[in-house]
Amino acid sequence: MSKKKLNMKDRYRLLTRDLDWDYSYQDYEEIFKQESFEGIKITDWSKWEDPFRLTMDSYWKYQAEKEKKLYAIFDAFAQNNGQKNVTDARYVNAIKLFLTGVSPGEYQAHNGFAHVGRQLGGVGARVACQMQSLDELRHIQTQIHAMSHYNKHFDGFQDFAHMHDRVWYLSVPKSFFDDARSAGPFEFMVAIGFSFEYVLTNLLFVPFMSGAAYNGDMATVTFGFSAQSDEARHMTLGLEIIKFLLEQHPDNLPIVQRWMNKWLWRGYRVLTLVAMMMDYMLPNKVMSWQESFEVYFEEAAGALFKDLARYGIEMPPYAADAIAEKEHLSHQAWSIFYNYGHAAAFHTWMPTDEEMDWLSEKYPNSFDQYYRPRYEKWREMEEAGERFYNPTLPMLCQTCQIPMGFTDMENPTMTSYRQSEYDGDRYNFCSNGCKDIFDYEPEKYVQAWLPVHQIYQGNCGGAEMEDVLGDYYKMNLGADNLDFKGSPDEARWNAWHNLKPAEDKLKKAS
Amino acid sequence: MSKVYIALQENEESRYIVEAIEEDNPDATVIYQPAMIRVENERCMVIKRETVEEKMGREWELLALHVNLITIGGNVDEDEDQLSLTWNS
Repeated sequence: MSKKKLNMKDRYRLLTRDLDWDYSYQDYEEIFKQESFEGIKITDWSKWEDPFRLTMDSYWKYQAEKEKKLYAIFDAFAQNNGQKNVTDARYVNAIKLFLTGVSPGEYQAHNGFAHVGRQLGGVGARVACQMQSLDELRHIQTQIHAMSHYNKHFDGFQDFAHMHDRVWYLSVPKSFFDDARSAGPFEFMVAIGFSFEYVLTNLLFVPFMSGAAYNGDMATVTFGFSAQSDEARHMTLGLEIIKFLLEQHPDNLPIVQRWMNKWLWRGYRVLTLVAMMMDYMLPNKVMSWQESFEVYFEEAAGALFKDLARYGIEMPPYAADAIAEKEHLSHQAWSIFYNYGHAAAFHTWMPTDEEMDWLSEKYPNSFDQYYRPRYEKWREMEEAGERFYNPTLPMLCQTCQIPMGFTDMENPTMTSYRQSEYDGDRYNFCSNGCKDIFDYEPEKYVQAWLPVHQIYQGNCGGAEMEDVLGDYYKMNLGADNLDFKGSPDEARWNAWHNLKPAEDKLKKAS
Repeated sequence: MSKVYIALQENEESRYIVEAIEEDNPDATVIYQPAMIRVENERCMVIKRETVEEKMGREWELLALHVNLITIGGNVDEDEDQLSLTWNS
């Protein structure tokens, strides 16, 4: 006898909504203590919609299928010595940055959604947060597994978790997630669920991962796209939370708008790393940062905010600042890292002639005028045996924690510099967005753990560069850091490609 | 002018899904990029289970789309027969 299958809507109702119960002997406010302090007003959680109507049993089924595909590819990649088939060993440095800078953010998101899901009174939202929390855990695990193979053959992968909590540039993504996780549950949802997942992660996972494929990195493209397949669900959750909050009560609108303004800018600043990965760290180019920014930010976010206009939501004002920077961002970021190449756990380099020409072609209004001359000077110094390393420590923006290397877009040779005073101290910012975020909640941001301040205060291993980089950050000095030219990575890569595999096998056999 | 879009991993299954999308959304634009296929359309796009099944020559659940999905843009609505992406303005 065959039973009639339930349709999707009924399944979702029974397996999600029906799991909730009424609280008879505890006050609702006692159970969901964090639901009201941010000023958000919820009148009816049952209005929550999950457009995918995914139930937990289907979730496990399809996640298992994704994992099987993914691990089959990891095995094939390892068995076929995939590390030798990437375009160029320089490329692997983008993956080092990914493991140290992005993957720990997946773990932070896992913690964040586990916590926030518990704080929300609506069962639909709770189940969606539970799935996302599990997804994020899957993402960091698969990323560690994928990159453990590279760790056998390249420097800089060995201590990513230790480094994430200490190293100066990694404080940028770390402080971003710390900021979101120390906010209330609804702000976290707008910060990570909406601003980061919906508006910004496409820029990280779509064009960069397509680039990984184009550079022969089968393992990375596969974990990237496998993670991104969950991201489509996260994006839907992010958009749903916004629509839900705005439909619940008109008082929610100004709060949601302020969070969107803040988190769009916070997230965009974190993506500075991705801009330079796209333009400088992919030997085979798919598209420039500017091109991907136009498709996945200007076009996609433009359509999104137009759709949200019916609720009274406006495009965050800092979007215009982000758009103004698109022809400069990656070059300024790469320059900062080239300057501090001795203090980074990955290699930096000057682009080849061919790469510079590609940059000129893609950035006709900025590259030749502002960046090529600087690079040519640095290349000259390198050829004279005086590769430039900046011996001083940079001033950091109090909010995004990026060195103050961004310039004024009206005058791209002037540093963009903003200041605020709070409680008798002066604070420095890279942009209007970062300054406004501080000014709204100075009590929060004065507590920022700024790596440069911490070094000067003697909290990072000692007074010498080696104490900080070697003992405190646990970099293998001379292997993980400095220019790609002359690195052990480069030497190994060259040795692999001069090998004659057939002869080598015969030698081993005899 | 708001575009909805979907990106899929380029593989054997996606090939049929994209064929189905093209059939059900004749104005859609298909863009091939390394390892992925992006399909975009003005305002709305629909993926119908029946058309995908016809192309694949076998049964196919809409939820199986998640296995090959990379990203989407637009408001999602899904039931067992179709998934639609729309922008309201």
